[in-house]
Amino acid sequence: MSALILGWSLTLAQLLLGLAMGCAVLRLLRGPRAQDRILGLDTLYVNSMLLLLTIGMRSGATLYFEAALIIGLLGFVGTVALSKFLMRGEVIE
Amino acid sequence: MSQAPDLPLWAALLVSLLVVAGAGVAFLGSLGLVRLRSFYSRVHAPSLGATLGAGCILIASMICFSVLRSRPMVHELLISLFVTITTPVTLMLLARAALYRDHAEGRTNVPPLPKRRPEGAGPGEGTT
Amino acid sequence: MNRILTRILPHPKLFLALLAMWLLMNQSVSPGQILFGALVAFGGAWSMVALQPEPVRLRRPRAMITLAWRVFLDVFSSNFAVARIILRGRDGDRNAGFMTVQLDMTSHYGLAVLSIILTCTPGTLWVNYTSSTGTLLLHVLDLVDEEEWTRLIKERYERLLMEIFE
Repeated sequence: MSALILGWSLTLAQLLLGLAMGCAVLRLLRGPRAQDRILGLDTLYVNSMLLLLTIGMRSGATLYFEAALIIGLLGFVGTVALSKFLMRGEVIE
Repeated sequence: MSQAPDLPLWAALLVSLLVVAGAGVAFLGSLGLVRLRSFYSRVHAPSLGATLGAGCILIASMICFSVLRSRPMVHELLISLFVTITTPVTLMLLARAALYRDHAEGRTNVPPLPKRRPEGAGPGEGTT
Repeated sequence: MNRILTRILPHPKLFLALLAMWLLMNQSVSPGQILFGALVAFGGAWSMVALQPEPVRLRRPRAMITLAWRVFLDVFSSNFAVARIILRGRDGDRNAGFMTVQLDMTSHYGLAVLSIILTCTPGTLWVNYTSSTGTLLLHVLDLVDEEEWTRLIKERYERLLMEIFE
C-alpha cells in the first residue's frame, strides 16, 4: 500500500520535474538573448539535479546522490563561466 | 506504478507530500521562466526551484533513506548547503552580465552602472 | 596554548567544517575516515593561509538564530508571493523594477551574507553594490512600495547583520 502511494507520487513528481525541464529547454531554445539561454541552462541543471534525487528515492540506492551533487557542481561552474564570458568576452581575466 | 521502497505508511505519506510539493514549486519556477516577459523578471524564477523546491525534495530524500536504512542519513545537507551558496552567485553574475550588455548596447531602460575605477577595479567595485 | 594551536592548525573552525563535510560525504565515522578527513581538512586549512582572509569575528549567537529563523520564514512567504505573480498571467510582472538602497554596513562578510539572503529569497535580486557610496542596486519583482522594501532590508536584515559582524 505505502509503496503504491510512494510510487505514484514519485511518478507525479517526476512528471512535474520533466515539465519544468521542458520549460527550461523552451527558454533555452527561444532566447531571445544569450543571457536568457544561460538562465534556461541553469534552471535545466537544477531541475535535473532534483529529478536525479527522485530517481534515487525510487531505486533506494544512494548512488544517485553523488550524481546529483556532480550535476549541481557542473551547473554552477558552467553558468559562472558563461556569465563571465558574457560580461567581458573572456572567461578568465 | 513501478517499484518504490516499502516504507511505513506515515513515512510514505510524508515523503510523497514533500516530493510532490517540491516538484510543484520547481515546476512553477520554471513556468515563470516561460511566462514572465522581461529578462530581469525571469532571473527571479529559478530561485523558486533552488530554495523551496530543492529544500522539500532534499528533506524527503533524507527521511526516505533514514527510514529505509534505519540510521540517520543526512548527506543531503551537503547538497542543500551547496545549492544555497551557489544559486545566488550564478544569478547575481548573470544579472550583472545582462546589465553590462544592455549598457554596452546603449539601452536606456536600465539603471546606470556605477563608474568603473580606472585600473584593476579594486575590491570595492565588485560584489562579493 | 591558543597561539601554539593556531601555529599548527591555522583555521580551526574551517578544519572542523571540512572534517564534518568529509564525514557527511562518506556517511561513516570509522577511525580511518576520520583520519583521512582530518588530513584533507588540515591541507584545506593550510591552503586558506595563503589566501590571507580578513579575520572574522562572529558575535551574538542569539542574533544569528533570529536571523536564520527570519530568513527561513521569508523564503516560504516570498516563494508563495512569486508563485502568485507567475500564475497571475502574462501581465504578472508589471510591477517589476530596479531600486536602490543606501546601506550602512561595511563589513565584507556581512555584505556577502546579505547578498545571499536577498538573492535566495525569490522576488529580490542583488544586482550591484558600490562600496564608495554604499549604494545597493536591487531588482524587485513586486515593486509596489519602494519604502517598504527599504525598510524590510534595513530593519529586518541589515540591523541584525551589523550586530553579528560589526
